[in-house]
Amino acid sequence: MTAKKDKIVEIEEAVVRFAGDSGDGMQLTGNLFSDSTAFAGNDFATFPDYPSEIRAPQGTVSGVSGFQIHFGHKNIHTTGDLADVLVAMNPASLKANLKWVKKDAIIITNSDEFTEKNLGKAGFDSNPLDDNSLTGHLLIKGPLNTLTKEAVKDLDLDNKSVLKSKNMFALGMIYYLFNRDYTKTFPFFEKKFKKNPLVVEANKKVLEAGFNYAETLEVFTNTYRIEKASLNKGHYRNVTGNLATAWGLLAASERSGHHIYLGSYPITPATDILQELSKHKQFTCITQQAEDEIAGVVSTIGGSFAGAMAVTTTSGPGLSLKSEAIGLAIITELPMVIVDVQRGGPSTGLPTKSEQSDLLQALYGRNGEAPCIVMAATSAADAFYSAYEAAKLAMEHMTPVILLTDGSIGNGSEVFKIPKVADLPEIHPPLAKANDPEYQAYKRDPKSLARQWAVAGTPGLRHRLGGLEKADITGNVSQEPLNHQIMTDLRQAKVDKVVDYIPELKIDGDDKGELLVVGWGSTYGVLLTAVEEMRAEGKSVSMTQFKHIMPLPKNVHEVFSGFKKIIVCENNMGQFANYLRMKHPEFKYEQYNKVQGLPFMVSELKTKFDTLLNE
Amino acid sequence: MEQKIEPQEIQLTKQDFESDQMVKWCPGCGDHAILKSVENVFPVVGQKMGYKKEDFVVVSGIGCSSRFPYYMNTYGIHGIHGRAAALAMGIKLTNPKLSVWMISGDGDSMAIGGNHFIHIARRNPDINYLMFNNKIYGLTKGQYSPTTPKGQKTKTSPQGTFETPFNPGELAIGARGKFFARVIDTNPKLMQKVFLEAALHHGTSIVEILQNCVIYNNKIHALITGRDTKDDNQLILEAGEPMLFGKDKSKGIILEGTRLKAVTIGENGITKDDILVHDPTTEDTGIHMMLASMAPPELPAALGVIRSVKAETLEDAIWNSVEHEKEVSPYKNVDDLLNSGNTWEIE
Ligand SMILES: Cc1ncc(C[n+]2csc(CCOP(=O)(O)OP(=O)(O)O)c2C)c(N)n1
Ligand code: SF4
Ligand SMILES: [Mg+2]
Repeated sequence: MTAKKDKIVEIEEAVVRFAGDSGDGMQLTGNLFSDSTAFAGNDFATFPDYPSEIRAPQGTVSGVSGFQIHFGHKNIHTTGDLADVLVAMNPASLKANLKWVKKDAIIITNSDEFTEKNLGKAGFDSNPLDDNSLTGHLLIKGPLNTLTKEAVKDLDLDNKSVLKSKNMFALGMIYYLFNRDYTKTFPFFEKKFKKNPLVVEANKKVLEAGFNYAETLEVFTNTYRIEKASLNKGHYRNVTGNLATAWGLLAASERSGHHIYLGSYPITPATDILQELSKHKQFTCITQQAEDEIAGVVSTIGGSFAGAMAVTTTSGPGLSLKSEAIGLAIITELPMVIVDVQRGGPSTGLPTKSEQSDLLQALYGRNGEAPCIVMAATSAADAFYSAYEAAKLAMEHMTPVILLTDGSIGNGSEVFKIPKVADLPEIHPPLAKANDPEYQAYKRDPKSLARQWAVAGTPGLRHRLGGLEKADITGNVSQEPLNHQIMTDLRQAKVDKVVDYIPELKIDGDDKGELLVVGWGSTYGVLLTAVEEMRAEGKSVSMTQFKHIMPLPKNVHEVFSGFKKIIVCENNMGQFANYLRMKHPEFKYEQYNKVQGLPFMVSELKTKFDTLLNE
Repeated sequence: MEQKIEPQEIQLTKQDFESDQMVKWCPGCGDHAILKSVENVFPVVGQKMGYKKEDFVVVSGIGCSSRFPYYMNTYGIHGIHGRAAALAMGIKLTNPKLSVWMISGDGDSMAIGGNHFIHIARRNPDINYLMFNNKIYGLTKGQYSPTTPKGQKTKTSPQGTFETPFNPGELAIGARGKFFARVIDTNPKLMQKVFLEAALHHGTSIVEILQNCVIYNNKIHALITGRDTKDDNQLILEAGEPMLFGKDKSKGIILEGTRLKAVTIGENGITKDDILVHDPTTEDTGIHMMLASMAPPELPAALGVIRSVKAETLEDAIWNSVEHEKEVSPYKNVDDLLNSGNTWEIE
């Protein structure tokens, strides 16, 4: 079934935000709309925005759960600044989200929930549905509870179960607005409520009723359609960054022939990776939910010594706990991937919000001179390739690799072109050969400076590793002053050499101009969108996004040299800008920083860039 | 799938495990005797269980005791303070065919690593856990540890400690550990016998070794180990045997009400039949806990294997699950997984 209204308006892109109480099922509603968007052939990116409490007080602003989707005909790089359509299931969700909608947005409300009590809980003095405060918006006051009950009055269902499906009524309305076929969602109900046919029936009816109700609304004078996106030919799916990270690791494990050993402790927003990998024992993916982060990371050092592809996943507070052990992995020169899905800090900070403020911790947050590879994924889909590369670099260069993602990547989702594992680069760890009479624990490959991986249990290679300084080549304990200098130099040089194994920095836009926008990690999409829009306006702006941070790519100087001004944008107080000042002091760096637990908005970036151009 | 290792004709000697590194413990330190016993027992373990020399892995935390891996010619890791249990577990879960030995001290296991200690006991991977209890921090030169007797003066307790110490056995058994034994560094025969039993036990085998630190806590175990006092203060347990002790085995342990009591055979009508017979295999922790708690001067310290209960190991449970999932999973490779669920084609 698709909409019958005669006037269909073609648009380029749209942003829809679903918001309700945390018990209202907004994440599910958003995910179903994403699936339908995929069916419609659009490109899209999504972001959930939910409170850190599982069930914050009902009806309050702190209990609001939201889900935003940005979809379109062109390539979509961001989850969208402001929404074109807001679904607000109660007064609190309206209150919390009004600042995220466009001035002329369509706002669909559930008027049944706008009672005096609920308005009070949300902190409204008067009812926004009646006091003209929403003038300018296209406001729909739908009695969604009543209409939902009405739709299933013939079914023998209790009131509570009925009201649970009111989110499907709202979804039906949005399907209508964007000309979607609602029957495509039926198989989902059939699978999810397999054991309860009555609930399947109810959800179908409510979804359909929502769709039909929207059609009867006079105020919807037209519906919208977005052309299929011009994506490259291929097989696609939707992935969140956490899922992509887990799968990238699995792919690297399969390709390298080293099964995964994962030791982790649950922490938002990284837990999904542990949960996903725990599902995949069929790939000999050994996962251990440790008693704390320290046990998690230390057990992976054991796993690595015994030949596994070692992984630990965490967020900022967990990375702090792991510091000492990462030092042990660095001095024992054992491969391991440490994924840090960053969140707002310090301390417990903002567990469900995104931030890029663990950069310096990843680079330097350990005792002693303790360098390791540090990388950052640039999008949810890129997390697959970043995780794969992190594992490859760790094993081939015999070093821990810290991969930084963040809450926005981890929980955000986007369209992902499915690769073939066989097409990914090969992985060749420097395994020591059994009974090699020449084997010495700290003898190195002259080119990469990696030592060999002599897996415990291999005949003829017995050796001891440990946290005490090791003598060059033999690996025996050594307190020799000069040896310590040599080993410290070698550990740094080994990481520096990785520059020959990573891609060069790329420029989006011209390689010369007025302004170069510099970002790292998750901000790529939003920076690119801002820069592309400004370039379309004829402005001399280009951008470059860093994915490799330790070491930096080879051509940083060359890239930066082409521009009169450089601005470094990041969701922290300027950690990367300061790092660049240290590594490339020959340039002057402007900064744009935001630490509100929220992603950049295209509009604010453009304003800042314009000011710089006009100075 | 139990990781069975076929016993085979492996001829190993003590020399196979001796390292060429200089042993740097203080002369007279109990650690030397423990090292000798371990070197002696590894060839026997290899022969009995089919482990080749490359199959042994020795890991440790930090402390005098934890220097141990450097003094054995095996695979080894000297880890970080308190975390050896995690190190050992990662190795065993990754490759269950290895014989994993873990060395730790009382500070390493009971203070900074206390959390890992109770969790490894609960999880039960097949690891042989040797805890050197000298009731002091040796490497950092003499501060009190969680096992230091209350009131003892040390560098950080000049007025005597104010804290109640842990008893490692109580902690291990209380955490539902399946194997706990206690030995003394002055009895190599008992050490070797118990280390072998620990190795043969399929699961986490925790062995507390009462070890003398000649420098910072000399004679801390003297009552139990001293030539003149030991007979009355140690009870060497044997499975299936009555709990007898004393010079001519004239004393024994009985259960009186809910408590253990030391008695003398022939006095107050006590006969040998009244004496408790040791059964380390009962799942119930009651008597084992009481045995672990016994301490001089009221009761002799229990030595030997106090508890040894069969249970599934962590690695067997995990690897069985791997085998099972390989059979039932719809995903034969990662490509299958990437293409699972909602996907679509762009022409
Ligand atoms: C994180 C950390 N904290 C503190 C230390 C210092 N330290 C080294 S060994 C030790 C105590 C060792 O005592 P124990 O475990 O009983 O071993 P022993 O030396 O007595 O054999 C301490 C506190 C350390 N190495 N690492
Ligand atoms: S300080 Fe004590 S425990 Fe350490 S080596 Fe010397 S005697 Fe042994
Ligand atoms: Mg000690």
